[in-house]
Amino acid sequence: MTCVEAIQGYALRSIGIGERLLPREDFTLCQQITLIGSGVLWNIYFGLLALVIGFFIANAVAVAKASPRYWLRKPAEWFILVFRGSPLFIQFFLAYFIFLSMKQAGILPFLTAAQAGALIVLILNTAAYSGEIFFGALRTVPRGDLEAADAYGLTGWSRFRRITWPTTMRLAWPAYTNEAIFLFHATTLVFFSGFPAQRQQGDALYYANYFADKTFNPFVPYPIVAGYFILLTLAIIGLFNLMNRRLNRHMPQEARRIRYRPQLIR
Amino acid sequence: MFSFCTEPDALGAFQWFACYFTTGVHLNLYWSLGTVLILLAITAPVSLAFGFLGAMASRSRILPLSLLGKTYTSMVRGVPDIVFFLFFVIALDQALEWTKHQIVCPDWTEPIRQGANFLVCPEAKIPLGASPQVVHEIYGFFVAVFTFSIVFGAFAANVLYGAMRAVPRAQMETAEAYGMTPRQSFWRILVPQMWIYALPGLSNLWMILIKATPLLFILGIEDIVYWARELGSSKSARFFDYPHGDWRLWYFLGLLVFYLAFTRVSEIALDRITKRLSHGQNFAGGGA
Repeated sequence: MTCVEAIQGYALRSIGIGERLLPREDFTLCQQITLIGSGVLWNIYFGLLALVIGFFIANAVAVAKASPRYWLRKPAEWFILVFRGSPLFIQFFLAYFIFLSMKQAGILPFLTAAQAGALIVLILNTAAYSGEIFFGALRTVPRGDLEAADAYGLTGWSRFRRITWPTTMRLAWPAYTNEAIFLFHATTLVFFSGFPAQRQQGDALYYANYFADKTFNPFVPYPIVAGYFILLTLAIIGLFNLMNRRLNRHMPQEARRIRYRPQLIR
Repeated sequence: MFSFCTEPDALGAFQWFACYFTTGVHLNLYWSLGTVLILLAITAPVSLAFGFLGAMASRSRILPLSLLGKTYTSMVRGVPDIVFFLFFVIALDQALEWTKHQIVCPDWTEPIRQGANFLVCPEAKIPLGASPQVVHEIYGFFVAVFTFSIVFGAFAANVLYGAMRAVPRAQMETAEAYGMTPRQSFWRILVPQMWIYALPGLSNLWMILIKATPLLFILGIEDIVYWARELGSSKSARFFDYPHGDWRLWYFLGLLVFYLAFTRVSEIALDRITKRLSHGQNFAGGGA
């Protein structure tokens, strides 16, 4: 099998287009790079959707946690505690079995598929982590900004919309960048955690693991996954830096640089 | 376990559960909780040591050493940790067997890697093919522990490297002014002072480590996830004295509660330590 054939056959294999069978013997480098690369599509799908949807929930959670009302604050605190205090791996398993028993009862049967079920877990997980980040930022909004808003007669929603929220985002952005990177890393767990890969349509690590099992040689497939993820991480940092520059456009020059410190959260 | 457990069919609910939770397989589940704790107890200090070495290497003035340290330190940044776990477990295993092969069977002529196979001479297998199951399990566990230590060592190296740079420069200059050699000022001034700067990062790392322990399951260790899945799946009356339906949901709920309690207790304990160590320090959080 030539390289071009491998690309034609496997470039979209993870979403069900192309060759039906995975390669079984004489694995070429081309096949491995192509097939693992097609798996990355799923990582991007999970990461991107969870990030976008989770962002809105996280804002709601952060505002709820900062609320003085007991019945609004407590659920948000518990939500954050449960999702940040337990391993994502266990959350996936638990969610899968919940969805499975729901399917047996005839409720929302499509949730046992990874595309829907695992996505929900990732959304809730990232909502909890980012909610905590946003909550922290919400509490450190400079008092002077809020006093200035009062002086201009801004109250309620318009004060939140124009003053509090933009500053929260600006303060939270570096930590949120890390969260986004970790979220994309977490997407590799999906197909190892109960959710089945239907018709061998899996993510990057699923295919890498397939090749490592078949060839008993970890030195090719895993570095390929690592390479793809480094590219993905660089892309995330680049995009988030653009946003960071926009959020900080009114600040002195030094504040605009983002410092990437991945180990300090999660 | 209890004397009334001989006739499981005729028991009341409470006694049934008392018997059910003390069957032999459940004792395996409780042992595997011990596995998690042993993993944590070994991995935490070993990865701290790796981290310390990594941070020291990154600070080194010798270029290859600092490059090595920096590569190790930044290893975990862009790549998911699970990739390293899966990679190192096989790579370590093969490296050990290859080394032993070179020593034990020097006159073996066939190539080790034949297509999809990795063949060493039978005497070089680790553990030997004939050794009992327990030895295989213990070996597998220690390869997994070592893998965890390498990966979390890289995280710790990151934290400690940052902490070493956070110690005020004036402290080191003072040490030099007293005529200390670089080695002396490193061990007497920098190392004692860096811990308070490293603590937030290290406590966060401890939480990440706790939450990474279920990944032992992926590495093929019979840990709590494995047993929860085994025990929870439905059992028919023909093969098991205590038949039940699919209870995996409840078992995983139990695991969730276990981890929540564990992380919560750690969080409280670490908060106390931070408070105590930052006493008298000149930062925002310190009670100066």
